Amino acid sequence: MRIGIPRESRPGETLVAATAKTASQLAALGYDVVVEQGAGEAADQPDVAFTSAGVKVVPADEVWSSDVVVKVNAPTDDEVGRLRRGATVISLMAPARSPELVERLAAAGVTALAMDAVPRISRAQSMDVLSSMANVAGYRGVIEAAHEFGRLFTGQVTAAGKVPPARVFVVGAGVAGLAAIGAAGSLGAIVRAFDVRPEVAEQVESMGAEFVTVDMEQEVSSDGYAKEMTAEQEAATAAMYDEEARAADIVITTALIPGRPAPLLVTAETVAAMRPGSVVVDMAAANGGNVAATVKDEKVVTANGVTVLGYTDLAGRLAAQTSQLYGTNVVNLLKLLTPAKDGVLTLDMDDVVQRGITVTRDGATMWPPPPVQVSAAPAEATQVLPVEKEPSAPPDPRRRLYAAGLAAVVFLALATLAPPSFLPSLTVFVLAVVIGFYVIGNVHHALHTPLMSVTNAISGIIVVGAILQAPIDNVAVQVIAGVAILLASINVFGGFLVTRRMLNMFQKG
Amino acid sequence: MVSFVAGAYILSALLFILALAGLSKHETARRGNAFGMAGMGLALVATLLLVLDYLTDDLVVDKTPVVVGLVIILVAGTVGASIGIRLARGVEMTGMPELIAMMHSFVGLAAVLVGYNTFIEVAAAHSEVGLGSDAVHNAEVFLGVFIGAVTFTGSVVANLKLSARMKSAPLVLPGRHLLNLAILVVSAVLMVWFMLSDGWVGMAPLAVMTVLALVLGFHLVAAIGGGDMPVVVSMLNSYSGWAAAAAGFMLGNDLLIVTGALVGSSGAILSYIMCRAMNRSFVSVIAGGFGSDGAVSGEARDYGEHREIQADDVADLLAHASSVVITPGYGMAVAQAQYPVAEMTKKLRERGVDVRFGIHPVAGRLPGHMNVLLAEAKVPYDIVLEMDEINDDFPDTDVVLVIGANDTVNPAALEEPGSPIAGMPVLEVWNAREVIVFKRSMATGYAGVQNPLFFKDNTQMLFGDAKDKVNEIVAALSADELARR
Repeated sequence: MRIGIPRESRPGETLVAATAKTASQLAALGYDVVVEQGAGEAADQPDVAFTSAGVKVVPADEVWSSDVVVKVNAPTDDEVGRLRRGATVISLMAPARSPELVERLAAAGVTALAMDAVPRISRAQSMDVLSSMANVAGYRGVIEAAHEFGRLFTGQVTAAGKVPPARVFVVGAGVAGLAAIGAAGSLGAIVRAFDVRPEVAEQVESMGAEFVTVDMEQEVSSDGYAKEMTAEQEAATAAMYDEEARAADIVITTALIPGRPAPLLVTAETVAAMRPGSVVVDMAAANGGNVAATVKDEKVVTANGVTVLGYTDLAGRLAAQTSQLYGTNVVNLLKLLTPAKDGVLTLDMDDVVQRGITVTRDGATMWPPPPVQVSAAPAEATQVLPVEKEPSAPPDPRRRLYAAGLAAVVFLALATLAPPSFLPSLTVFVLAVVIGFYVIGNVHHALHTPLMSVTNAISGIIVVGAILQAPIDNVAVQVIAGVAILLASINVFGGFLVTRRMLNMFQKG
Repeated sequence: MVSFVAGAYILSALLFILALAGLSKHETARRGNAFGMAGMGLALVATLLLVLDYLTDDLVVDKTPVVVGLVIILVAGTVGASIGIRLARGVEMTGMPELIAMMHSFVGLAAVLVGYNTFIEVAAAHSEVGLGSDAVHNAEVFLGVFIGAVTFTGSVVANLKLSARMKSAPLVLPGRHLLNLAILVVSAVLMVWFMLSDGWVGMAPLAVMTVLALVLGFHLVAAIGGGDMPVVVSMLNSYSGWAAAAAGFMLGNDLLIVTGALVGSSGAILSYIMCRAMNRSFVSVIAGGFGSDGAVSGEARDYGEHREIQADDVADLLAHASSVVITPGYGMAVAQAQYPVAEMTKKLRERGVDVRFGIHPVAGRLPGHMNVLLAEAKVPYDIVLEMDEINDDFPDTDVVLVIGANDTVNPAALEEPGSPIAGMPVLEVWNAREVIVFKRSMATGYAGVQNPLFFKDNTQMLFGDAKDKVNEIVAALSADELARR
C-alpha cells in the first residue's frame, strides 16, 4: 500500500507528519512512501533529505490519491474531498470536539484514525502523540517565559549583589506540566506545582518541584485524565491558585479536561495582583485558556506589566524535534497496524488501542469508542486487606531479665555438675564465639563468598584431630583417620587456594 | 614438646582471627587469607612434630603404628591436597556454591570419622584394661558425631540441589516437622543411653543415632527450595564449624574449639543476614517448604499490560543516560551473562555513563555470590554496591537494568501487605525513570509471586536469553561508536 505525507495546509504550520528517518522506517514496514514537495521544509526536512533516504518526493495530487494519508492537523473540508473513497487518513482530529468533521469523514467513505485518541495505557505510550507533543510544548513554554522574563531564573551571589532565584508555579502535572517543571528546575528556578489528582504528587516531587496541597477531599482519577471539581473543592482551590500565583514570578498553566473547554483557574484579579514583570504562560489557550487575560496565539501585557502568553504552537516552535517525535508515534502506530510487516494496513477492532483511535471505518461512524478503564491509580476494590497481625505485646524488659537470669542459673547448675577438666575448654569456646561474632560482623558484604571459603579452609583444622589419631595402634582407627585426613586436607588446600583466586579477581575501578 | 605445640596452637588461633578480620575490607582481604594459610601451616607443622616426637618417646615401646601413621598422614594428606588444589583451580565461579557445600560435607564427614575414632579408642581401652568411660566425654563424642552427620548429608543434598543434579523444589513430606522432632527426641534418649554406657555397648546407640542424623540432615535440606539456598549454605557453614568445635571438645584440643567456634559464629551471622534480607525467621527457613504451600497470593489479579522493548532501543536509552544501575540476580549467573554485562558496563563507563550495580543480599545462591561473579568478569568492586547503599539513589537514576532478578525487585513486598513476600526489603528500582527487565517469559519468581514491577508505566520488558540480549546491546553500542568516529 502507498502512504502519502502531504504538506500541512494550516497557515503558519511548521510540522510535518514524517521526517526522512521515520519515512524510511515506514518503508521498512513494507509500505511505498511518498512525500509532497516542500512538505518538510519548515521542519528542517528539505526534499533532498527525503530523496537521499530513498523516499519519493511527488506532487500533491499523487500524495492525496494514496491508500493511506498521514498528516498532523485534521484534514480540512477541501482535503477530505481529495481523499480516495476507501482510503485511510491518520492525523490529529479532536473527534470529541468536532462532530462535523466526523460526519464529513464518514460521508467521504474513508477510514479515519485519530492520533490524539490513543488510550492512555502503557502499551500505547509509544504512539501517544499528545504526550510527545505536550512534552516538547512544556519545555518550550518555559523557554518562552524565560525570554519574556526580565531576570535570571537561577539564584546567584555575585560581586554586584545577590540574585534570588525565580519562583515558578506550574498548574497541572500532566506530561506538559512535568516537562515544564523539569525545564524550569534545570534553569535553576524554585518550582512549585499543583494538580487536582493527588496521586501525581510523587511524580512532581521526583522532578524536583514541591507539590502544593489543598486541604480537601480529592478524587482519584480512573482514566488517567483530570476531572472537573465540585463547587466547594473549587472554592478552596481557587484561593490556593490566587495565593500561589501572587507569590510566583512565572505561572505556567496546563489544565485541560478532555472534550471540554479548559477550566478558568487564574482570575483577572489574581493577574492584576501579580508583580510587574511576571510572566504567565497559558498552555490551555487553544481550548479557551486557564487564565482570564489570555488571548489565543497572542502575547498580552496587562496594565500592571504582567505578560500573558497564549501561544498554541509551542510544540511547532521546535518543528524538527516535534516532527520527529510525531513521526515516530506514527511509525509505532503503523507497526501495530501492520503485524505482518507486509505493507498491508489491517485494523483489529478487538484491540483497545486500534478501536480507540478509529473515528470512522469505510464510511461508518465509530466514534465514540467504548470507554477504556485504565489507571495509574491503585484499583481499590481488589486491594488485599492487610493481614491483621496479632498486636504482639512489647516485650517486657523484666521478662528478658528473668529469662537471662534463669539461663544463668541453669548454666551454673550444669557447670557445677560438669567435671572441672571440662570448664577450661568451655571458657575457650565461649570467648571464641564472642570474638567470632565481633570479627565477622565487620566483614564487607561483597566478601561473604571468600569468607565462606576461608572458613571452609580453616574448619579443615579438624585434620589436626585426625593426624593425632593416625599413630594409634589400631588398624580401624588408622584407616578411618586416613580418610578423615584426606577429606580435611581437601578443605584446607582447596579452601585457601580458591579464596586466593577469588580475592585476586576483585579489582578496584 | 607439648608446650611448644600448645604455643603454636595459640599462635594459629590468633592468625585465624586475624584472617577473618582481614576479610572485613577489600584492601586487607588478601593479607587475611595469607594469615589464614600461615596459621594453618603452623598448626600442621606443630602437629606433625608432635607425632614425630612419639618416635623418640621412650614410653612408646612399639614404633610400628607411629611409622604407619606417619605414612598414612603423608599419603592421605598429599592425595587430599592435590584433590583440593585441582578443585580450587578448576572451579567455575558460577559453581562456587556447589564447591562450598561440598567442602562443608567433608568437614561434617571428617567430624563423624574423628568421633568414631575417639569412641573406638576409648572402647578398646575399656575392653583391654577396663578403663571406665567418662559421661561428659561420651556426650562430647555423641554431639560431635550428631552435628557432623547432619552437616554431611545436609551439605551433600545442598550440593546436589545447587548443581541441579537433584530437583531444587522443596521436598514436602506429610508431617515433616513431626519427623524432625521425633529424630531429635530419639537422639536425645540415645544420648543418655550412650553417656551411661561403657565399652563397646555404646556402639548401638551411636550407630542408630548416626543413621538418624544422616536422615535428618538429608530431610532438612531436601525440604528447602532453591531460592533459600543462601540461608542453607550459610547454615551448613555454621554447622561445620560447630562440628569442628565438638571434635575439639572430645579431643581436648583448644585450637579446634577456637576455630570451630569462629567458623560456627561466622555461619550463624551470615544466616542471620540472609534471613533478615528475606524478612523471614530462621526457623521458618529451616522448616522449609517455602513457595510450595499454595502461597501464591490470591486471585489472578489484573495488573494491566506490560510493554516490550528491543535490544537496540535499550542500547540507545543507555547511551543517552547519565546514570545506570544494574541489579543482577541468579538468572544472570544461569544465563552466564556476567561477561557481556561487564563488557557493556565498560563501554558505558567509557562514554561517561555512571554505571553501578545494586546487589540484594540474597541474590544468587551464596552470600556474596554476585560480587564474585562480577569480580570474575572484571567489574571493579567499588561500583558494586549493596542494597542499603543504593536504594536511596534510584530516584536520581535514569535507567535500571534488572537482569535475572525477580523477587528481590518486587514492589509487592512493600505495597501489598497480603503478599507472601510482604516486608522483605527489596531494591526499589521502580523509583528510577526507566526500568528494563530482562526476562525469558512472564513467569513468576522463586516465591511464586506475580511482580507488579513488570506492569509499571516506567517498566519495559526485554524478552529473551539475558546473555544474547546483552550481547546485542553491546553490539549496538559498538556500532554506534563506530558511526560516531
